[in-house]
Amino acid sequence: MKKSVFLGALTVAGLTAGAAAAATLDDVKARGKLNCGVTTGLVGFAAPDANGNWEGFDVGVCRAVAAAVLGDPMAVEFVPTTGKTRFTALASGEIDMLARNTTWTFSRDVDLKFEFVGINYYDGQGFMVPKALGVSSAKELDGATVCIQTGTTTELNLADFFRTNNISYEPVPIETNAEAQPLYLEGACDVYTTDASGLAATRAAFENPGDHIILPEIISKEPLGPLVRHGDNEWGDVVRWSLNALIAAEELGVTSANVDELAQGTNNPEINRLLGTEGTLGEMLGLDADWAARAIKAVGNYGEVFEKNIGENTPIGLARGLNAQWTDGGLLYSPPFR
Amino acid sequence: MSDTHAQSVAFVRDTMLPEQAPPASEAGVVKWMRENLFPGPVNTILTLLAIYFIYKIVAGSLPWFWNGIWTTSSLAECREILQGATGGCFSVLTERWNQLLFGFKYPSDQYWRPLVAFILLAVAVAPVLFAHLPRKMLLFTGIYPFLAFWLIWGGTILSPLMVLIGVLAGLAAFRRIEASGFAMAALAGLVTAVVIWWLGGFLASAASGVLALEAVPSRDMGGFMLNMILGTVCVSLSLPIGILLALGRQSHMPIIKWICVVFIEFIRGVPLITLLFVANVVLSYFFPPETNLDLIIRVIIMITAFASAYIAEVVRGGLAALPRGQYEAADSLGLDYAQSMRLIILPQALKISIPGIVNVAVGLFKDTTLVSVISMFDLVGMIRGPILASTEWNGVYWELWGFAVLTFFVVCYGISQYSQWLERQLQRDHR
Repeated sequence: MKKSVFLGALTVAGLTAGAAAAATLDDVKARGKLNCGVTTGLVGFAAPDANGNWEGFDVGVCRAVAAAVLGDPMAVEFVPTTGKTRFTALASGEIDMLARNTTWTFSRDVDLKFEFVGINYYDGQGFMVPKALGVSSAKELDGATVCIQTGTTTELNLADFFRTNNISYEPVPIETNAEAQPLYLEGACDVYTTDASGLAATRAAFENPGDHIILPEIISKEPLGPLVRHGDNEWGDVVRWSLNALIAAEELGVTSANVDELAQGTNNPEINRLLGTEGTLGEMLGLDADWAARAIKAVGNYGEVFEKNIGENTPIGLARGLNAQWTDGGLLYSPPFR
Repeated sequence: MSDTHAQSVAFVRDTMLPEQAPPASEAGVVKWMRENLFPGPVNTILTLLAIYFIYKIVAGSLPWFWNGIWTTSSLAECREILQGATGGCFSVLTERWNQLLFGFKYPSDQYWRPLVAFILLAVAVAPVLFAHLPRKMLLFTGIYPFLAFWLIWGGTILSPLMVLIGVLAGLAAFRRIEASGFAMAALAGLVTAVVIWWLGGFLASAASGVLALEAVPSRDMGGFMLNMILGTVCVSLSLPIGILLALGRQSHMPIIKWICVVFIEFIRGVPLITLLFVANVVLSYFFPPETNLDLIIRVIIMITAFASAYIAEVVRGGLAALPRGQYEAADSLGLDYAQSMRLIILPQALKISIPGIVNVAVGLFKDTTLVSVISMFDLVGMIRGPILASTEWNGVYWELWGFAVLTFFVVCYGISQYSQWLERQLQRDHR
């Protein structure tokens, strides 16, 4: 008797879990809020301001999805996650999507059963050293002490790089970027390594940024992107195409300023399809026709999000580099809206 | 013949000489310095060394405090004003003051609620801490948890009120049947309470607007407020549970004894941070989505379990320190188990355990900062996460961590001073 009750309860729990996983879009609509996993704080990518509003590059993706699905970019419940808790939060259904500069790797995609829906930032791991060290290439770092964040791909890349080049190093494990800065500045480690965007942001916060150089070697590919759970392809599509809409909007010259005007109809059929004046793309996603227009209006196109949070006019001052449109020699390439 | 020797002695002093001042080297500051600072060559060297180090520390840190800047809105502005001079950028404390205290999501127009709860906390714990205060204040202490819950979390006052009524009704039922047996009475009390809670749940959800404050979900709690909530709740819960566990471990009933032993040994054998990860990560796998038990409650359960296991061991030490005669004396007076524990054993055992219990309490309060690892924004979490990751304050360390150190030091030092005072009060001279 006891056993059958227990099994029954398990079945019910399993069924409800399965049902919930299968219709995230309906859940989000019913809830009226998008649960979006972000970092507990990374300069430029996600951090709450003095009034508690989340801001940043990854936050922009969450807000775009919320605007597309719910019509309100502020209808997002930001769930801060650490490098260690992010995947369980997503797998357990606590969050609907994770936009936490997470590197797309084979094992995360396949083994952890997640679906990366695209890439919103092409990053790569670099090294920063004090100028006084007199090093000009990462290959001269034999015997150096290296500050490195634990639980990230950078840790593994570093081991690979030093093994390939047959040089030795001494790792100094740290938890967050914020901890690395004082350690590095006080000389606890000779080298700080993390994604190049993080290095630039860190260096920008130094009192004398000129005393430190970022070495030319980029030792890994770090495609960062938002991800969702396996098994709910409709929801995956919504997130994927919300991101693509931002990228395509930049390519097509649609900005938050002119989106209203262009949404009246243009003679470019692709813009019309994107903004919903032609075709039924929104309906195919299970959304209404002007979903993409709302997302673009709320946060701006990809270029605007970039410039506002991490671009060259911000303290972080990242150049577009690989993250330029393919037409400008970068890697951003949205599949066509057709 | 005269009675006096006036003629036979040349001179007799008939007044007291005024006291002479001691030699300069044996008086005042000089004497104190000679005795305390320079009594010998070794101590003289040590004193000079100490003075040198104190000078270095003061000379190094004073300009930092003195030139401190309190009004800018970013670190870059601080550096601009300082122009390379030494100086702290304390503006981060003024600008993010509310975030440090309440977290970044607590609605800013509702800050008065945790503040009121905090002030009332002082009123509520006063009669527990100071025995000479009127005992009637304990009534308020009993009401306080429900009041504080209502103030901090908001929502209708009906839900905490119904919980309170449930507790009171359960207690009344227990009292009524107590004479016919402890177990029956406990069961009756429990059933009454549960029924009232169940009914109250309907009532509270039906009339959710009655005296309602704006509801604040647990996820929005943060800052030092979160440390205070976790610390206060967990200490006050783990003390009674720990005492029960300690008594249970000494019990002659094997089942109770073994449950207690297994619980204590298991919890003590696991690091707190592992338990917190379990609370945060593993438990959410067991619940279907949407039925998430509140994260704060999960964390409170885990920290309480952890602290009560430690307190149980401290209390067991106190129990073991009592001479066997005390137990036998209680028995020979004809007291039953509950009476002998309440009247004779525990008062003595707890008195012995005070330093240990306070030690656990202080440690527990500091351990509440560990929740920052599971992405809750307590004081340390706020500093590590949002504040250091904001573009304005990226790179400010000493000011923020100094503030955290100071805050925790004030609270922990207060607790330890109180415990020393209490020990002196309870001194019954076993010396």
